[in-house]
Amino acid sequence: MTSVAESLGKTSVQPGPIARLFDWKPFLIVICLLPAVGLLTVFLTYPLGLGVWLSFTDTKIGRDGFFVGLENFASLARDPIFWLSVFNTIVYTALATVLKFGLGLWLALLLNEYMPFKALIRAIVLVPWIVPTVLSAMAFWWIYDPQFSIISYFFKDVVPIREQNFDFLGEPWPARLSLIAANVWRGIPFVAISLLAGLQTISPSLYEAAMLDGATGWQRFRYVTVPMLMPVLAVVLTFSVIFTFTDFQLVYAITRGGPNNATHLMATLAFQRGIPGGQLGEGAAIAVAMIPFLVAATLISYFGLARRKWQQGESND
Amino acid sequence: MTDAVQQVAAKPARTGVISWHSTPRRVATIYLPLACFVVVLLFPFYWMTITTLKPNHELYNYKDYNPFFVHSPTLVNVKKLLFDTEYPQWLFTTMSIAIAATVLSIFASVLAAYAIQRLRFRGSQWVGLAIYLAYLVPPSILFIPLATMVFKLGLYDSPFALILTYPTFLIPFCTWLLIGYFKSIPYELEECAMIDGATRLQILRKITLPLAVPGLISAGIFAFTLSWNEFIYALAFIQSSEKKTVPVAVLTQLVQGDDYQWGALMAGALFGSIPVALFYSFFVDYYVSSLTGAVKE
Amino acid sequence: MASVDIIDAAKSFGAVRVIKGVNIPIGDGEFVILVGPSGCGKSTLLRMIAGLEEISEGQIRIGSRVVNDVPPKERDIAMVFQNYALYPHMTVADNMAFSLKLKQAPKSEITAKVDRAAQILGLGPLLQRYPRQLSGGQRQRVAMGRAIVRDPQVFLFDEPLSNLDAKLRVQMRTEIKELHQRLKTTTIYVTHDQIEAMTMADRIVVMHDGIVEQMGVPLDLYDRPANLFVAGFIGSPAMNMIKGSIRNSSFETEKGNHLPLGNAPAASEGRRAIYGVRPEHIHLAGDGIPAEVVVVEPTGAETQVIVKAGGDELTCVFRERITAKPGETIRIAPELKVVHLFDADDGRRLSA
Repeated sequence: MTSVAESLGKTSVQPGPIARLFDWKPFLIVICLLPAVGLLTVFLTYPLGLGVWLSFTDTKIGRDGFFVGLENFASLARDPIFWLSVFNTIVYTALATVLKFGLGLWLALLLNEYMPFKALIRAIVLVPWIVPTVLSAMAFWWIYDPQFSIISYFFKDVVPIREQNFDFLGEPWPARLSLIAANVWRGIPFVAISLLAGLQTISPSLYEAAMLDGATGWQRFRYVTVPMLMPVLAVVLTFSVIFTFTDFQLVYAITRGGPNNATHLMATLAFQRGIPGGQLGEGAAIAVAMIPFLVAATLISYFGLARRKWQQGESND
Repeated sequence: MTDAVQQVAAKPARTGVISWHSTPRRVATIYLPLACFVVVLLFPFYWMTITTLKPNHELYNYKDYNPFFVHSPTLVNVKKLLFDTEYPQWLFTTMSIAIAATVLSIFASVLAAYAIQRLRFRGSQWVGLAIYLAYLVPPSILFIPLATMVFKLGLYDSPFALILTYPTFLIPFCTWLLIGYFKSIPYELEECAMIDGATRLQILRKITLPLAVPGLISAGIFAFTLSWNEFIYALAFIQSSEKKTVPVAVLTQLVQGDDYQWGALMAGALFGSIPVALFYSFFVDYYVSSLTGAVKE
Repeated sequence: MASVDIIDAAKSFGAVRVIKGVNIPIGDGEFVILVGPSGCGKSTLLRMIAGLEEISEGQIRIGSRVVNDVPPKERDIAMVFQNYALYPHMTVADNMAFSLKLKQAPKSEITAKVDRAAQILGLGPLLQRYPRQLSGGQRQRVAMGRAIVRDPQVFLFDEPLSNLDAKLRVQMRTEIKELHQRLKTTTIYVTHDQIEAMTMADRIVVMHDGIVEQMGVPLDLYDRPANLFVAGFIGSPAMNMIKGSIRNSSFETEKGNHLPLGNAPAASEGRRAIYGVRPEHIHLAGDGIPAEVVVVEPTGAETQVIVKAGGDELTCVFRERITAKPGETIRIAPELKVVHLFDADDGRRLSA
């Protein structure tokens, strides 16, 4: 290899065979991809497959399982707590997503206005998203305290419109709604800042043109902002739906699925059955049961919104 | 990228444009709603801080003390947290794990992003797409099979269980972010270096990486924050108290029985949030650019 | 220094052939310009010479060496890119020294070469600046300096002036030309601007659709374009072209008008042809063809007039100032010595 190179060139420095190997594109591609693809294969792809396999076994902690076919799924199908968790997950995802996007878009539009201290306000807005979820969830836990809730205090003693304390976490529906509120609180910044980035890519001249064409404020929003925002919206929505659907931390930190399993999400139920309960097979089955929902949600939110080729305009590089 | 963000923010926007809306109307439609958003988004942190600083007699007595303020601030809760619990140890563990996972992920992501975006091979787009899809696989689906693997590999209750599993969500994110950064570096620079006599690895080291430094910082701080905040793996794979990470430890070690020590709990939550918040305040623009960069790519 | 020979070179991207087999011999020390409309393959060809694109078929030789499988860095060439491709994180000096550092040349040699290049280009005071602190023309010079430092066998330029404003472009044109006269390094230069090509080149290669339409010294292409494409591409405003046929040693247009022919090739009576005359070769003549003025565009030095003569629209450029208004009639005549005739079917040049 080197002799050929020597006969060819008048180049002063001839790289050694190892340097040459590292400059050989196919080899370099393999070397470069190896760490990432290796780690992802071992700790992501394989466990994904393993999870599906486990869901067909009766594996317990400390004991390898045997193949039991659909037994786990059959028993889940008869399990009202499982169905309750499915119901909770869907309600949780749907309500939280709608609120997050409604409020997030509103906040993005507000932040897109010109105002003093804009950078500071934008920085503040993102804080809930940066802080560890569990820790902010504990603050909510304390805010939702049955006896010393500051919200109860506010509505009892500051603006006296209630007699009683709120029982945020003691009853099924208040507990669900309280969790959704905490999730929305944490999710708004992500939605708002992402959409704000989308808003800032829209050229002001489009609004000026629309204004000259006689569009009202609402019409400018409807015919300029919304269509231009669609691609970003699609991606953010996909992410948001997936991570809300599989949420674990908030519920685990605030209610642990209570009262009486009324707030279990599929993820928390899978954890409870799988890790402290030791029923790895059953836990895996619950986790696997999330996959079809996730795929469906992804496809709907992505293809429902993303297929607007005119927007992409990606140069063919 | 950050320059652009700052420029947008700093521009004395549209002073020449006639304002069609009167000031009262702007207050009602913009400033007031915005103020509500800010108050609601920040209130839990305020409440955390207030609770931390309150002595116990104030904490549970709303009749005599207005709960929105501290009347006689105390550091008792903080002292209890720092000296009577293993809190400093948890902080140290979390920091080490986050740094190790970040370094590992950035290393793998830089190489992968370079191969996908710059070395361009048949199917490179598909590898890129596969890595993107990996980002959409949530930890909630993976933790049970990972737990069995962690047992089998003898990593249970070891920090390596976390250092090796965190890259599963860090690598896809960082790779995607860096692909975007590499894309913004003109390809001619590399061609020119190639003519100048650089090998591919020299090009990566001397041209591409120096130019991608903002991207590397973005990816790094993001990876660090995500590792710091991770919960479910840390909850499932670690048992010994002293090896727990802050989010898990605060929830599992500080909450004992039904008698919640809210002052100490909130102190734990506050002190677990402060490092990331500080970190965040230094790198706001990188956060915003990586967040939006990842979304736009 | 070296000659460059392009022999039957072809390039395909998948099923698309963008270079369809071209032969271009380039002599040692020659300044050759590849010119053509965008998409004609000229940049691809340059990148094939540089080694940035693989050569699908044929051969490229630099000196006596076939370089098809030689990586760019071993071809001993230097290239100036359209966007200059200056390394933004290196100073001007570091940019110029980069290739020498990679070769692990001794420090003294690097300094000497960088200083020499800086002196040639007048970059001395700028050596410690970063590219973003430079103006467009200065960046252009740094890019050239980087090439000079290499002291390569061949300089490659890929549309180096297209990012500059018009005034600077004229100035840099001269500088590049002077540089070549001084260094005498074989230079291959790609542009879509025919004025650049005409003013700078020793030899021009006109490309179109992946083939070479004509190769020759600049004035040759202007005086004797080999075909309709070259005739239309070289010269501004473009040559007037009128369809018709040859009758009784004059040219009868499709609309039945007659245009004078000076030296019509013999035995071509009745042949269908295209009559070409450059705008600057049409003059006012008292006994000329009557033509109705459509648009008058004075540029100061000359006047461009679009007229209608017997239904055909002609562009004329007069040195005189024209006072005629649109709608009025003037009389014009083509300069017979420089009338071009082309075959109506294949566009090839007919007249001798």
